[in-house]
Amino acid sequence: MHAGIIFLLVIIGSILFHIFTPWYWTDIASNWKGMDDTITLTFWVGGGVFVAVCLFMIYCVFRYQHKEDRRAEYKPEDKKLEKILTWATTLGVAALLAPGLIIWNQYVNVPKNAIEVDVMAWQWGWQYRLPGKDGKLGTTQVRNIADNNPFGINPDDPFGKDDIMVESDVINLENNRPVKILLRSVDVLHNWYVPQFRAKMDAVPGTVTFYWFEPNKVGEYEVLCAEYCGVGHYAMRGGVEVQDKADYEAWLGEQETFEQLSARYEKLNVDGNKLAKK
Amino acid sequence: MSDEYDNNKSYQAQSSEVMDGSTGSVNPDIDYVRPSEVGEQELYHPHSFIEKWVFCQDAKVIGVQYFLTAVFTGVVGLILSWLMRLQLGFPELAGFMTAEHYYQFVTMHGMIMVVYFLTALFLGGFGNYLIPLMVGARDMVFPYVNMLSFWMFFVAVAVLMASFFVPGGPTGAGWTLYPPQTILEGTPGAGMGILLMLISLSLFVIGFTMGGLNYMITILQARTRGMTLMRMPLTVWGIFTATVLAMLAFPALLVSAIMMTLDKVLQTSFFMPTILKAGEVLEYGGGSPILFQHLFWFFGHPEVYIVALPAFGIVSDLISVHARKNIFGYRMMVWAIVGIGALSFFVWAHHMYVSGMNPWFGFFFATTTLIIAVPTAMKVYNWILTLWRGNIRINVVMLWCLGFIVTFVNGGITGIFLGNVSVDVPLSDTYFVIAHFHMVMGIAPLMVIMGAVYHWFPLVAGKMLDEGLGKWHFWITFLGAYSIYFPMHYLGFIGVPRRYFEMYDSPYMTSAVGMNEFISIAAFIVGAAQFILIFNIIKTLKTGKKAEQNPWKANSLEWYTSTVPPEHGNFGDRLPVVHRWPYDFSVPGAKEDYIPQTTAPSEVIHTEVEKT
Repeated sequence: MHAGIIFLLVIIGSILFHIFTPWYWTDIASNWKGMDDTITLTFWVGGGVFVAVCLFMIYCVFRYQHKEDRRAEYKPEDKKLEKILTWATTLGVAALLAPGLIIWNQYVNVPKNAIEVDVMAWQWGWQYRLPGKDGKLGTTQVRNIADNNPFGINPDDPFGKDDIMVESDVINLENNRPVKILLRSVDVLHNWYVPQFRAKMDAVPGTVTFYWFEPNKVGEYEVLCAEYCGVGHYAMRGGVEVQDKADYEAWLGEQETFEQLSARYEKLNVDGNKLAKK
Repeated sequence: MSDEYDNNKSYQAQSSEVMDGSTGSVNPDIDYVRPSEVGEQELYHPHSFIEKWVFCQDAKVIGVQYFLTAVFTGVVGLILSWLMRLQLGFPELAGFMTAEHYYQFVTMHGMIMVVYFLTALFLGGFGNYLIPLMVGARDMVFPYVNMLSFWMFFVAVAVLMASFFVPGGPTGAGWTLYPPQTILEGTPGAGMGILLMLISLSLFVIGFTMGGLNYMITILQARTRGMTLMRMPLTVWGIFTATVLAMLAFPALLVSAIMMTLDKVLQTSFFMPTILKAGEVLEYGGGSPILFQHLFWFFGHPEVYIVALPAFGIVSDLISVHARKNIFGYRMMVWAIVGIGALSFFVWAHHMYVSGMNPWFGFFFATTTLIIAVPTAMKVYNWILTLWRGNIRINVVMLWCLGFIVTFVNGGITGIFLGNVSVDVPLSDTYFVIAHFHMVMGIAPLMVIMGAVYHWFPLVAGKMLDEGLGKWHFWITFLGAYSIYFPMHYLGFIGVPRRYFEMYDSPYMTSAVGMNEFISIAAFIVGAAQFILIFNIIKTLKTGKKAEQNPWKANSLEWYTSTVPPEHGNFGDRLPVVHRWPYDFSVPGAKEDYIPQTTAPSEVIHTEVEKT
């Protein structure tokens, strides 16, 4: 008897916790509301099944408690019931899978007008690069990376010259404009993750991965590394600032291109050499 | 060839309780069981203390050895989890703990619990003890190899534990050991620690293969007369299928461990691309970190079912015995176990939706993953339908079974979130994942292990564990574990990432502090409650009530041995002959509410038994 009551309280407690929880997802700041909706749908269907199964179990515990003079029913199989349950479950699962796959299809197909952002990860920090006026990022190679070329851009690649180098671990994004995040890593796995955007993907050394989203709420967000990357993993934070078009363009104008950066280093070198000669 | 066909008489006496008074004579037609095709197994009997208790070839002793060693590793894993929870809930009290320590504890806790505790306990422990008894064999078919299997496991555990004491400490790469960080500076234990881990895993796989061959071949070849495959207890089906999975999945772990060892020691580049570290380009190039993830999860996902399937099987038997009712839909249960086992090889990349693999894989693996939910749901339905119209004893064993159903369904449902590719995107690598897999493959199988301990202890030790202590043990563990992992899902919704030594003051995470404290306190209590079981076992061994033979009135063969606890050879002079499945409970017309598997049809002639 007591057992059934405690189990019942556990189920009621779970439902109440879900209704009154102060811990729930952060306000969404991107286009991936479909993910939230699918979670909500799964919650209703899955939660319903959980509660139904547990309540049935608790009913059995109350109703069919052991009595010496009673016998259980003897019925090894019930083909019809098993068939109904199989098909009902299959339908339920299909109903959950369908929206999941539809949204995944959107997730892996990047809109044509998305602006590319090159996110380069290293132990333990982030760097960003944007395409210049030509709208194309220059090709890169890990071996080219140096002080005067933090992204390892191929010096011969004409597309690389006007690439915009963001010298900060905070990247600014334009509100309501889709971004394609290109992820690279120079050492180990990382993952550029902003909870409010919902989306994430690992950065894998040796290859370029991607995902996209469209920020739709002006504000500042924290970037977290979401793939374990060694002892500094928990401290590997960065930032995003989503701005309106005007603010964003003002910010963009202040950034240095790869050509300017190279020139600055060359001048530093020349000055350095002069100093050394003196 | 030994043909013991006319041994019915000896079994008549044993099952006289259910004998119908009017049938004194044996009817050879309905009682016919095909004669055995091979002779009796010759057993090697021990000649000394060492052969009897140390290098023993009796599967039952080996089972207990596996069990105790696995429990030892489990206690180590438990202590590590306490330390982790201390850091997460009360960092001000964990001043001695650096980030290095924390990640080492996380890694060792995960690896120990999954491989060295759960896998070894279910297959090495329960498998060894129960398979020969349940299929009516005198022992495993290769007792010597079986003995080697345990000692290989023992060495693997010793090597693993040794890594705590080497310079740099154990590996802190996370239990998934994802390269490149696993073998690079910047990850704790990237020197000796990771090497010992890889060696230990390789030894484990070798040892496990020796045991696994035994389990499979014993079940296929050494079943007693009349024990058809479809008369085997579901426990045996679960362990059998899990062993087949392990035989196919562990090689993937072994090769990835060997390849990573080569990357570490000989600077090969199986998993290592060009890497820039502290301004230097390392001597690696062209390898694929994602290849490792494919290999690891090709092992890792079946591994989940290597743990789950024996639990499914055992809990089916426990529920049936204690609800005094046949397991509902036995054939469906068998096919669900086999089907889940087969499907488990086609879902591995659902751990990798955001790994950077080709995103088109997502469609395939989400579909296969959700298909696996169907046979799994059928098993759940059949468990609760077994309770329905049963005659349920609410004892400690049944409580653990009910706890299993609640936690397993809870964890199974959250699996549908994570399996459904785009829903996984916001949740992966957060606390939601931690809550999910602890609920479904930590707590749920643990509930079954505990139920099984209370159920079979009278057989193994000949004494009954204390029910009162058992109830305390159950309720603290169940309520505590549920209040650890149920709220933890909601941390994942907030977006709190896993494997964070410290959260700092991220604006949306500060609200999680209170919950982290609560979870930590619950974790300390649940961990401490496990010592109730150890106390109960010691107390019972000293002063416990002696168990009668077959105290639960079960039908399967392990309760019908010549002595309790069973001695070497299990069944005395003659092996039992099986006439029915093990689930003939509450059969209409029978005197008792159970009919042992050894009861011939002619002895229960007025019952309405369905042919099995």
